[in-house]
Amino acid sequence: MPLFRNIASMIALLPMIVISLTVFVGCIIYSFVYSLTNSKLIPVFNYIGFDQYERLFKQRKWDVAVENIFIYGFVFTIGCLIIGFLLAVLIDQKIRGESLFRTIFLYPYAMSFVVTGLVWKWVLNPTFGLENSMHMWGFAWFELDWLVNRDLAIYAVCIAAVWQGAGFVMVLMLAGLRGIDEDIWKSLSIEGVAKWKSYIFVILPMLRPMVVTAVVLIAAGVVKVYDLILTLTSGGPGYATTTPALYVMENFFKRADLGQAFAASIIMFISVVCILAPWAFYEFYLRNKYAAN
Amino acid sequence: MKKFFSILLTIFIPLSFTNVSKAAGHMEAEVIHWWTSGGEQAAISQFAEAWQEMGNTWIDTAITGGENARGTTVNRIIGGNPPTAAQFNISKQFVDLVEQGLLQSLEEVASAEGWRDFIYPPELIETCEFEGEFYCVPVNIHSWQWMWINNDVYKQVGLPVPQTFEEFLAGAPTIQAAGIIPLALGGQGWQESGMFDVVASSIMGFPLMQSIYRDKDVDAFRDGRFESVLNTFRELNTFTDEGSPGRLWNDTTAMVIEGKAAMQVMGDWARGEFAVAGMEAMKDYSCVIPGKEKYVALGGDVFVFPKNDDPKVKDVQLAMASMMVNPTVQANFNNAKGSLPMRLDVDTSAADACMQMGLDLIQNPDAIMRESDDWNTPAFTNAWDDIISEFRNDPNYTVAQVMDDLEGVLTSGL
Repeated sequence: MPLFRNIASMIALLPMIVISLTVFVGCIIYSFVYSLTNSKLIPVFNYIGFDQYERLFKQRKWDVAVENIFIYGFVFTIGCLIIGFLLAVLIDQKIRGESLFRTIFLYPYAMSFVVTGLVWKWVLNPTFGLENSMHMWGFAWFELDWLVNRDLAIYAVCIAAVWQGAGFVMVLMLAGLRGIDEDIWKSLSIEGVAKWKSYIFVILPMLRPMVVTAVVLIAAGVVKVYDLILTLTSGGPGYATTTPALYVMENFFKRADLGQAFAASIIMFISVVCILAPWAFYEFYLRNKYAAN
Repeated sequence: MKKFFSILLTIFIPLSFTNVSKAAGHMEAEVIHWWTSGGEQAAISQFAEAWQEMGNTWIDTAITGGENARGTTVNRIIGGNPPTAAQFNISKQFVDLVEQGLLQSLEEVASAEGWRDFIYPPELIETCEFEGEFYCVPVNIHSWQWMWINNDVYKQVGLPVPQTFEEFLAGAPTIQAAGIIPLALGGQGWQESGMFDVVASSIMGFPLMQSIYRDKDVDAFRDGRFESVLNTFRELNTFTDEGSPGRLWNDTTAMVIEGKAAMQVMGDWARGEFAVAGMEAMKDYSCVIPGKEKYVALGGDVFVFPKNDDPKVKDVQLAMASMMVNPTVQANFNNAKGSLPMRLDVDTSAADACMQMGLDLIQNPDAIMRESDDWNTPAFTNAWDDIISEFRNDPNYTVAQVMDDLEGVLTSGL
């Protein structure tokens, strides 16, 4: 019986299993049940079927939120990877004062998203921020209205997020680069391969585990992005930068529309499962199968 | 019958006072509210001081933003750690709490002190009364229907102070040419929809608003006047500055006070900011109720008292409720707040010209206006306000599209 093979460790794990089941699974079931009600300020079991979901999918705001999370996810992930990798390569050139630069680049990651949001809010604010400073220095043509422009505001959020996340990717990549065997570099230089070519075609593929780790960690942050947007734009202008998480929180705590918030969070949960399920299937089932063979 | 009650009252009022004073001694009360700006702080401290003069302790839990404060209150009630008193708006915001039996009935003190006789206008009683019992204390009446205007700006450009939105729009290009922002507007959802409702009532009048917001009359909605409201609103928005998105209301009022902007549409709580800045009504700044028909809206604040497991808390709550409606406290509080008192028999000799204007208007029942959230659930008003906010921010969102989307909300049965 494999189930009882490690009875001691099973017992040790039991509290964790119980907590995960009650807290995670229990709360998911609770949310689903109450998403079928018209609960307003407090959860009340008043069954109305799938009306909340119907209402959710009719909301322009929800469409905007879903679109935003895709833009944010794409730009943030790609931006962090590219800039992080570039920074790592530059630092890897055996420069002077390496630890100083490493600290500077990693520093934003040590801040909370709330701080990042507030800092960039001031920088990008057209009436007090960079635009205003440039005007006062005489560059009247300078325009930086991303934060108040509804089409660009989500990219302003991405800039702030990349600023914070890129340093972290850099550290991961740098660790990877330091693990590359000197002999590989030697053979590459004997072959006469250009430096940029060797980075892209030889070294980068060897860094695959680092890239995967970075993508997983960044992607986990994408779905739950909330504090950054709340402090930077509060979902504005209008609701141009709202995200699913913001929509859920707003309906939960501000708008006294619990049923709607539950419905939206269930949809968020289902979409995450849809993305994770194929990966989990591969990771935990297919790989074990091949490994066993 | 009525006489019988008034006799009863004369017997019970003194009795109730002795009751309250017996219950007194040292009482501790935690109050959640969202009054954090300069003028608002001055107002809430009137309550706090009156409470402390009675020998009690006031624990101030101020939370920025009405939505956040209400969220905290609800969470604490559900979490079993309710505050002694909490602020809500005159609206349907707290109906769920009453229906679930989570609020303390104030009927004991309300009938003893005869609240039904002195609370004015009677619509306030409707807000607080559920199945014949009082569950909230209205503390003030706030009206959104005001334009706040910096007189110096208009003097500077040589224009008379506008009395309607049309006059304002006519003068706005001149003001803009003088390098001043014509319209100060904080781009947050509630500020945008608040201004929209002022534009709506001043252009189409209260009866039409009532048939749209209360009766959901699609024909009235489609009769052309609502479109002209949308057009005027869009035109007004071309005269704001680009720093508008997300700006707080009091920072926006400060722009008018400093003369960086000419006008702000905001509720009469803005008056407190002008007062704190040392400006004099009608001399340094003007308050104008725009439109031919002048209305005063019945917005405002109430305090509710969540039920507590500790039976002693009930006495504290009743004592505080009684303190809040006290005529002297009402006068001090509302003078600081810039709002109208919830009873007519308070001393308003300290009222400035703007407040006097509101006081005169509210005595005429025809000038009293209700707001959408008096009739509609938050789900309805939020769906509606989202569209208005999007209309303000997206220039490609056409009036025809907005009309269709608003009609969708109107007929959704939310």
